[in-house]
Amino acid sequence: MKHYSVFAVAREALRQHTGWDRAWAKAEPKKKYDVIIVGAGGHGLATAYYLGKNHGIRNVAILEKGWLGGGNTGRNTTIIRSNYLQDPSAAIYEKSRSLYETLSQDLNYNIMFSPRGVMMLAQTQHEIRGYQRTAHANGLQGVETAFIGPDKVKELCPIINISGPRYPVLGALWQPRGGTARHDAVAWGYARACSAMGMDIIQQCEVTGIRRDAGKVVGVDTTKGPIDCDKLALVTAGHIGVMANMAGFRLPVESLALQALVSEPIKPVMDVVVMANTVHGYMSQSDKGEMVIGGGTDGFNNYTQRGSFHHIEETVRALVETFPMISRLKMLRQWGGIVDMTGDRSPILSKTPVEGIFVNCGWGTGGFKAIPGSGWAMAELMAKGASPLTEEFSMWRFREGKFIDESVAAGVAH
Amino acid sequence: MLTLECPYCGVQADETELSPGGEAHLKRFGPGSDIDDFEGYLFMRENPKGVHFERWRHAYGCGKWFLAARDTATLEVFGTYPAQTTEPPQALREAISAKRPGWRWRDFA
Ligand SMILES: Cc1cc2nc3c(=O)[nH]c(=O)nc-3n(C[C@H](O)[C@H](O)[C@H](O)COP(=O)(O)OP(=O)(O)OC[C@H]3O[C@@H](n4cnc5c(N)ncnc54)[C@H](O)[C@@H]3O)c2cc1C
Ligand SMILES: [Zn+2]
Repeated sequence: MKHYSVFAVAREALRQHTGWDRAWAKAEPKKKYDVIIVGAGGHGLATAYYLGKNHGIRNVAILEKGWLGGGNTGRNTTIIRSNYLQDPSAAIYEKSRSLYETLSQDLNYNIMFSPRGVMMLAQTQHEIRGYQRTAHANGLQGVETAFIGPDKVKELCPIINISGPRYPVLGALWQPRGGTARHDAVAWGYARACSAMGMDIIQQCEVTGIRRDAGKVVGVDTTKGPIDCDKLALVTAGHIGVMANMAGFRLPVESLALQALVSEPIKPVMDVVVMANTVHGYMSQSDKGEMVIGGGTDGFNNYTQRGSFHHIEETVRALVETFPMISRLKMLRQWGGIVDMTGDRSPILSKTPVEGIFVNCGWGTGGFKAIPGSGWAMAELMAKGASPLTEEFSMWRFREGKFIDESVAAGVAH
Repeated sequence: MLTLECPYCGVQADETELSPGGEAHLKRFGPGSDIDDFEGYLFMRENPKGVHFERWRHAYGCGKWFLAARDTATLEVFGTYPAQTTEPPQALREAISAKRPGWRWRDFA
């Protein structure tokens, strides 16, 4: 792997950019790997990266049915924050956010992490109390957040209408080191680093079956033939139910469509991320100038990566009330992804009933922010059999009643 | 936009008129059942890519609950039927078989 640097840019500029390598190698499957990871989204790639970097496990294949980063990782609105309520969530999301701070240097790939600050508006008395509680919890967890008043909200984001008729802005939970990053670059940066460690990233390779022997995994069937492995990680987000079905167990997950949209690009108008959970919408401005907008999920199971129009309408209606200046903006593009929702809105990083199979799913509407931390924790779980970061996120927590309830803490969880 | 026919009032109801209610035919287990049954009833879900059975409510119409058979991969609707049943009607299952030979959902086929 050739190092990216200002000198490399200068050198290539002088020779018509003929010297750049491919970022990652094209690979065909070998007969057997120590570890196979299904799904080359951010979580699958990060798991592979930290298996190699932290645990020296490099005989790894990452199998992807489409193109890498083409699932939810390439469809999300890139909000990064760690202001969750429960201790296990704060631990893994803050680990993740802190890894994002230095990820560009670590990967030698500019992922454009922009800690511009994230605010979650309180627009009812109930939300004020909820966010004050979260701010106190974050204080104990070592996550830097603060509850701020409406004047500070207006100062940080002048385009907000704080005295809206229905839902005036009463304050906000403010995380100054939250922000955004470039989603494709996160997938590409991890892929390049994995490839440099000798791992095989095999695209257009769909896993169609999981082979087991005496309760233990022995390999997978794919559209490129059977491949053997000692350990298998299922990291397919919206398609996790399909994988569980192949492996012969059930999961407490349902797959729903979540949509987002962007406007035509305009000059810089806001340099923070704003989430308005009561009215169900959130917005930030991309470096290109587009307003990036999202809302809540659709209500029914769906695998089509298309959502219903009325959800878009609801989201935009809510945001126009909070940001009157966007009322004349034209929307450019709209899309959907299939998100994997658990009952308590927390992820599952766990062993499974089949020996050697591990699952990393349930990130639902909010797993982009978690990519580095989840990969770090999942690699530890797979290499050592346990990780302090994943302990509470087992798939058996539901039967034990040990939920990690973030559904209230994050009404619009992104 | 999803359109489902309400089996009670016969209205072709738009999605905005309906509330989704999750998986259909969930069986609650009685006294003496074990923790697996209870876990399955409360939390585990089919979540298929393909034929699926769901509960819906005609919320802004007659207000009644009903059941629907849909394909989650294509959004095709196979049919709707009243909620007072523990399994999908035979005629509907045959209609699904004509379109999706070999389909299976829990113990139904
Ligand atoms: C519209 C939208 C907005 C969002 N906004 C945010 C946000 O602002 N902040 C945030 O933190 N999160 C957000 N999220 C959530 C976030 O995108 C996801 O939680 C995260 O990207 C999941 O990453 P992943 O690697 O688990 O899944 P994915 O990126 O979906 O990767 C899974 C991969 O598995 C592959 N796959 C599936 N089946 C198979 C098979 N049989 N064989 C081989 N490969 C297979 C898929 O093709 C896919 O590439 C948003 C999601 C959406 C849809
Ligand atoms: Zn009706």
